[in-house]
Amino acid sequence: MAAPKPRVKIPKSAAAGEVVTIKTLISHDMESGQRKDKDGNVIPRQIINKFTCEFNGKPVFTCDVEPAISANPYFEFTAKVMESGTFKFAWVDDNGETYTHEQAIEVK
Amino acid sequence: MLNKKLILAAATAVAVSAGGALMASAEPVDEELVIDGEIPMIIRTKAPEGHPFDEVLSGWLYRTVETRALEADSFQNPGMLYVERGGEIWNTVEGAAGKSCASCHGDAAETMAAVGATYPKWDADAKRPINVELQIDKCRVNNMQAEPYKFDAAEQRALTTFIKHQSLGKPVELDLSQGELQSWWEKGKEVYYTRTGQLNLSCASCHEENNGKYIRADHLSQGNVNGFPTYRFNTGGMVSLHNRYRGCIRDTRAEFPAAFSDELMALEVYTTWRGTGLSVETPAVRQ
Repeated sequence: MAAPKPRVKIPKSAAAGEVVTIKTLISHDMESGQRKDKDGNVIPRQIINKFTCEFNGKPVFTCDVEPAISANPYFEFTAKVMESGTFKFAWVDDNGETYTHEQAIEVK
Repeated sequence: MLNKKLILAAATAVAVSAGGALMASAEPVDEELVIDGEIPMIIRTKAPEGHPFDEVLSGWLYRTVETRALEADSFQNPGMLYVERGGEIWNTVEGAAGKSCASCHGDAAETMAAVGATYPKWDADAKRPINVELQIDKCRVNNMQAEPYKFDAAEQRALTTFIKHQSLGKPVELDLSQGELQSWWEKGKEVYYTRTGQLNLSCASCHEENNGKYIRADHLSQGNVNGFPTYRFNTGGMVSLHNRYRGCIRDTRAEFPAAFSDELMALEVYTTWRGTGLSVETPAVRQ
């Protein structure tokens, strides 16, 4: 599979105090560490182990991700937006890398 | 937890009171499919002349509410990851001629718009039907001077998914007057109705005589192919049409023909025709 790539879908604008739906997905194999290769060797675990979302520096949503989560993990949640700003998303990989994504929303 | 138990209890009560209606729950639902609230899909239409059914139905109608929702939202549809991957392959130069698909065909949204709805076509050079996978290989060999894909290579499935996706929403319409396509249609029909394997089943045994019923824990659909390649939870990836044929035939405990063999190309012509008028759904989401 190609390098993990985050995708995020949020409205471009919202009314103050509106509850918006945030959809996120990252392409990732989520190798559980439970499988063996053809020669019987354990394929090492490599998963996204943590996902966070913050808005203007304040935490919105965070969760630990476990090996039983399927490939290409999808998270959907809601947030109330009072002011214009930027959502920042981060996915932490077992290999130490963090994949990030930012998206702005305008509050009218 | 308590709430969950209550709901379960309520569901059981409904199931018991419904009695015989339990069997009916494998029947297709009466719903509309609109992708992203923008692209209306034809998932139920009048069958073409000579078809055994009055109405052809998309397999989408036979799936659970959760599965149906995944296909209706292109952001959630896991098959769209493979569409993206296919788009990258489309623009990647390969082979001795130094070309990519895009070198000749440009913007797939324009040049490939009709492909997904009109293949298989007649290949006058090979004197047999040609589907999208074989057309890709033909281009790779003749125009790109690259190796043809091995059957079901990840790239083949992704690129086929990408190309057929360009026809999303367009109704399937085969032109059987091309070359000898009509006689391949006849051959395909014969394959469709021929019982094979230790279980002695034909395609029609399940998809014509018993669609809308359960086969073990799964629902039998009409077996229309308008959504292929299809994202299946079963494998967590894209399943090509010829892989699906082989899986079905294997399940009848028969020896299964090679992908793109005469039998399966004929079957592709015939089963594609059976879904005439349904929208191309690639990548459809199925169990």
